[in-house]
Amino acid sequence: MAFPSYAGKLEKTWYYVFRIICGLVLFFLMAPIVVLIPLSFNAEPYFTFTPGMLSLDADAFSLRWYHDILSNPQWIHSMKNSVIIGFFATILATGFGTLAAWGLSRPYTPFRVPIMGLLISPMIVPIIISAAGMFFFYSKVGLSQTYPGLILAHTALGIPFVIITVTATLIGFDESLIQASASLGANLLTTWRKVILPLILPGVISGALFAFVTSFDEIVAVLFLSGFEQRTIPRQMWSGIREQISPTILAVATLLVLFSIALLTTVELLRRRSERLRGVKPS
Amino acid sequence: MSDQTSQITTADGTPLKLSLHRAERAKKIRSFIFLVPTLTFIFITFLIPIADMLFRSVHTPEVRALLHHSVKSLQGWDGSGLPDERAYHALAQELKLLKKERTLGKVALRLNYEKSGMRSLLSKTARKLEKIHEGPFKNKLIGIDKRWGERETWAVIKLLGKRFTITHYLSAFDLKYDVDGNVIAQPAEQQIHSKIWLRTLWVSLLVTALCLILGYPVAYLLATLPLRISNLLMICVLLPFWTSLLVRLTSWIVLLQKQGVLNDILVWIGIISDENRVRMVYNMTGTFVAMTQVLLPFMILPLYSVIKTISPDYVRAARSLGANPVRAFWEIYVPQTVPGIGAGSILVFILAIGYYITPAIVGGATGQLISNFIALHMSKTLNWGLAAAMGTTLLAGVLAIYWLYNRIVGIENMKFG
Repeated sequence: MAFPSYAGKLEKTWYYVFRIICGLVLFFLMAPIVVLIPLSFNAEPYFTFTPGMLSLDADAFSLRWYHDILSNPQWIHSMKNSVIIGFFATILATGFGTLAAWGLSRPYTPFRVPIMGLLISPMIVPIIISAAGMFFFYSKVGLSQTYPGLILAHTALGIPFVIITVTATLIGFDESLIQASASLGANLLTTWRKVILPLILPGVISGALFAFVTSFDEIVAVLFLSGFEQRTIPRQMWSGIREQISPTILAVATLLVLFSIALLTTVELLRRRSERLRGVKPS
Repeated sequence: MSDQTSQITTADGTPLKLSLHRAERAKKIRSFIFLVPTLTFIFITFLIPIADMLFRSVHTPEVRALLHHSVKSLQGWDGSGLPDERAYHALAQELKLLKKERTLGKVALRLNYEKSGMRSLLSKTARKLEKIHEGPFKNKLIGIDKRWGERETWAVIKLLGKRFTITHYLSAFDLKYDVDGNVIAQPAEQQIHSKIWLRTLWVSLLVTALCLILGYPVAYLLATLPLRISNLLMICVLLPFWTSLLVRLTSWIVLLQKQGVLNDILVWIGIISDENRVRMVYNMTGTFVAMTQVLLPFMILPLYSVIKTISPDYVRAARSLGANPVRAFWEIYVPQTVPGIGAGSILVFILAIGYYITPAIVGGATGQLISNFIALHMSKTLNWGLAAAMGTTLLAGVLAIYWLYNRIVGIENMKFG
């Protein structure tokens, strides 16, 4: 790093101190994730590094907690639930969200700002309040402790994320493409399928991923709306942490971290692709 | 001339102005149709439940429905002295009936939220009334329990006999009505909520401040480093952001608990002895550490996007004009980052004020926030009205702050990842 000529000694020292501070903050952010992974291979049922692990003794590491996940019917059941609920909530949220984002981006749509506010309100309202409202209302109409109830709740919570990501891809959308398509004889459906959707697809997919993560990671609504039958992975972790904490949780957590890395990579690739498609310079 | 322009018509003879107006309206309706399904869906699954909660927070139907005649005969009672025999008679009959129909518990519970001791009073009275078949009931009820000779008891029944009251909101702030209908503080030993509201506020403020202090340098570094390196470091911000909350909380427990990694390291280095391991989780420390780590990306990302746009020339100019580094930073650089500071701070504060899971898992008894009490009243004490009132109050606060946020940065500028 070349310092400007006016930089004093103090300034140069500060420069390094500053980098160390930043390093510590970034470490603080990453520490929980970094620590988790090796501990999930602990051969002993402890939540700390054993002397064997520190001396890299191969016997101190094992896959027993990963075996434990697969042999535990509760974990398997909760994984199935998470995937089922997440899948349907994602499909619904993506459909509703994309449609709404399209409607909001039309130049003639009236009351755009208040409607946008209403539609993204599930993201704004603190989750405990949404869960409280849904808990009261869903139990009144018999949706509490059912799969459809949870799916509807997670769809509502996922829609804002789809709207926001799809709206972002629609900024700068070239309206003349629709006219061009229509002048070539395509009806509305064909225009959607062949012109609009391919262009906004990266936004739709990353919106869908956001919706899936929202559902997959959601715990508060699940706590209040699910019965024993509908417990999801976060619900299972919740009771694991609060009742009897076993290292199996660390193995599940490690798998979830790998899952987040995969998602993060996908979203980033999609963002780049979308920018390329729209002719924006990649940042 | 003007006459002629107004005469311009389309091919089928309608005036052009009208025709244009129609076309515009048709376009508006056509674009609005795209919004109808999603609006309907959000209304049914989300907005109606929220509205239901608002309604529940002021709606107190139980006493009115179950003690119908008693409430009615109390209507003429002005609160001074005791009600007349009519009220005693109605109450005695209704308590007997409720006991027989096994619905006494519901109304007793509701009255007990308002005035502790009411539940046992009602069940005791109903039990003893089974042997009493004839009036006058006034003296007999007072004979069963002298509380029936106190104005307070009747005032509570009269108060909750109204269909809508704000009693839940009063309880949410440790207030209540006294016998004459004035709002007074609850007895000191029953005051729990004010303390929690204040605690939630200062925890959120402190977490916001911590995030700002920790996030500002990182955002600055990320925005000024060469893209290749900063993209790499950005992963350290984005990966925690994308990682499941429960995963991170599990990990904080592993790190911070008494037999945890951090204590082990401290013991190993020799800073603390093995007997004096520090308890860093299941208390306020746990809440602070975990909330700061969870919310830090929400501070860094908006700050980063603002800092990214600031040209370094201004600071250079300030330096060349003789400002020392501190002054150039404080007077020239910081003011330019204020939009980012505002956006990040408000976002973190709003998220922090509604935090539920983090305090519930790592907060122990002393680190619980207002959301945890809402959950408590929903699932443990079953005082749903109180939970709804507390939720509504929290919602009002959050919406007020969002309105501010919208004024400063605009909701539509929100970005993730």
